[in-house]
Amino acid sequence: MSDVILLADHDGGKVAKTVAELATFAKRGGTPVAVILCANGAADALGAQLAGTDVEKVVAVESDDFAQFGIPAMVDVLAQLVDSHKPAAVLVASSARGKEIAGRLAVRAGSGIITDAVDVAADFATTQSVFGGSFTVSSKVTHGIPVITIRPSAIEGASTSNTPVVEKVNVTISDKAKLVKITNVQPAVKGGRPELTEAKIVVSGGRGTNGDFTQVEAMADLLGAAVGASRAATDAGWYPHTHQVGQTGKTVSPQLYVACGISGAIQHRAGMQTSKTIVAINKDPEAPIFDLADFGVVGDLFAVLPQAREAIQAKRS
Amino acid sequence: MKIAVCVKQVPDSWAEKKMVGGVLDRAGVDAVLNDLDEYAIEEALRIVEPLNEGKETPEHTITLISMGPDRASEAIRKGLSMGADSGILIADAALAGSDAIATSKVLSDVVAAGGFDLVFCGTESTDARMSVVPAMLAERLGWAQLTFAGSVKVDAANSAVEIARMTESGVETMSASFPCVVSVIEKINEPRYPSFKGIMAAKKKVIETKSLADVGISNSEVGATGAWSAVADAQARPPRDKGIKIEDSGDGGSKLAEYLAEKRLV
Repeated sequence: MSDVILLADHDGGKVAKTVAELATFAKRGGTPVAVILCANGAADALGAQLAGTDVEKVVAVESDDFAQFGIPAMVDVLAQLVDSHKPAAVLVASSARGKEIAGRLAVRAGSGIITDAVDVAADFATTQSVFGGSFTVSSKVTHGIPVITIRPSAIEGASTSNTPVVEKVNVTISDKAKLVKITNVQPAVKGGRPELTEAKIVVSGGRGTNGDFTQVEAMADLLGAAVGASRAATDAGWYPHTHQVGQTGKTVSPQLYVACGISGAIQHRAGMQTSKTIVAINKDPEAPIFDLADFGVVGDLFAVLPQAREAIQAKRS
Repeated sequence: MKIAVCVKQVPDSWAEKKMVGGVLDRAGVDAVLNDLDEYAIEEALRIVEPLNEGKETPEHTITLISMGPDRASEAIRKGLSMGADSGILIADAALAGSDAIATSKVLSDVVAAGGFDLVFCGTESTDARMSVVPAMLAERLGWAQLTFAGSVKVDAANSAVEIARMTESGVETMSASFPCVVSVIEKINEPRYPSFKGIMAAKKKVIETKSLADVGISNSEVGATGAWSAVADAQARPPRDKGIKIEDSGDGGSKLAEYLAEKRLV
């Protein structure tokens, strides 16, 4: 069976949860080979974390150039590995960085590319959810080695008894990949809340918050949810841009989406309408968000949310 | 300094989009300049305007480059009314259905021929949302990739650029020498509305239209036939079932909690 290469995302110390997910998709079409690109001396500890997933082989390239030169250096190495391994496909997690790596790799390798797949079959036919989930599209790469980026949480990564061996490979990084120098890195401050795109519950605030997200955040924390915001709220500077849900922000598809003071313009709906259950609180009974909501409350979020929180706490105790 | 800004005409992101025969139905929706490209134009303007101040003929120029149907000139015209100097539209019937691979090829060939120092882009178009073209441009041109910039500092005298790359994983400070491909995120600025004077001035600015032959690319490399991926099927998602809507008369929160408990969501 041919290899299927998956790029193992990590933060230097911990491999991302998406690696197990990619491996489970990869196994459908071949032997999952995880590629780890990391700093000198980091490969063994990262590789060991892939035990118990569908990953069967690990190829690691250690170089401090990755931290210094970033994406082009990673692509340079990945392209050489693709060239020598001739995999059936290359899978990458959909993130800003993942998609850029995949895009450059596709150009370099002369391959077609599909981004943001939510399902991948054994023949690497993909399913994508487009226009904010209003359409489901089946596509296939028709030229070269398919390069596919897959959305986080599209599948549950399987549990196995695999303990893949980490094979360290030396690869020379070309000077052309060293045009950009990364001079400082500030990792995102991970609050207690889950990642927006991976969260099972998302509580979002919009114009109706008037810039006060305390009730939205309090509800999110009670439910163990991520906090989202409409474009109106992020444009007004009320909440960080990275939390924007919608056409020009993140696409989320959680078990439960709670929209607070969000009117539900298509701009926002496009980012959340595939959520399993949608709950909305809005003062305006005509707000389009109510057309989507499984349960809607016409009322003031500053009255409804605290009362709901109290009632949920009472039910729990 | 010569700056190119790649722009795209897209269906209005505030409007409903539909697919017909596996492709986006562009005819049925208002076409506008991609929101996210406005930030790229604005940033380029903020870089050149102080440098050009007081000069009779601007020494630093901005050229908008777009690939699309003839009517995509309207999107370029909007950018010109914001203050860009000129436009290039690559319009050719053979381009319809092009994938990102082909788009990046056409744009990079036009950029390479234009003698630019910097290319600015939005991070993605609000229709395809692949977010790969800026990186592909850097790859094809062999230029430095400075993408997802939340701030940009250009030192024209020393041909150097420094950005703060802002993504979900954090903030990275990165720098490079010209030529560079820069993509900017929404947070970077507040794009201006074209002024009346700007709109009038834009009418006199030149948009050069190029065919594929002008760019030197053959028809077989682009369009639906030249695409390296193909859509087999596209299905509209069934509408959601009608839900419950209640008026809050003092117990809205409790009822909401009951609903969530019933659904085992809390």
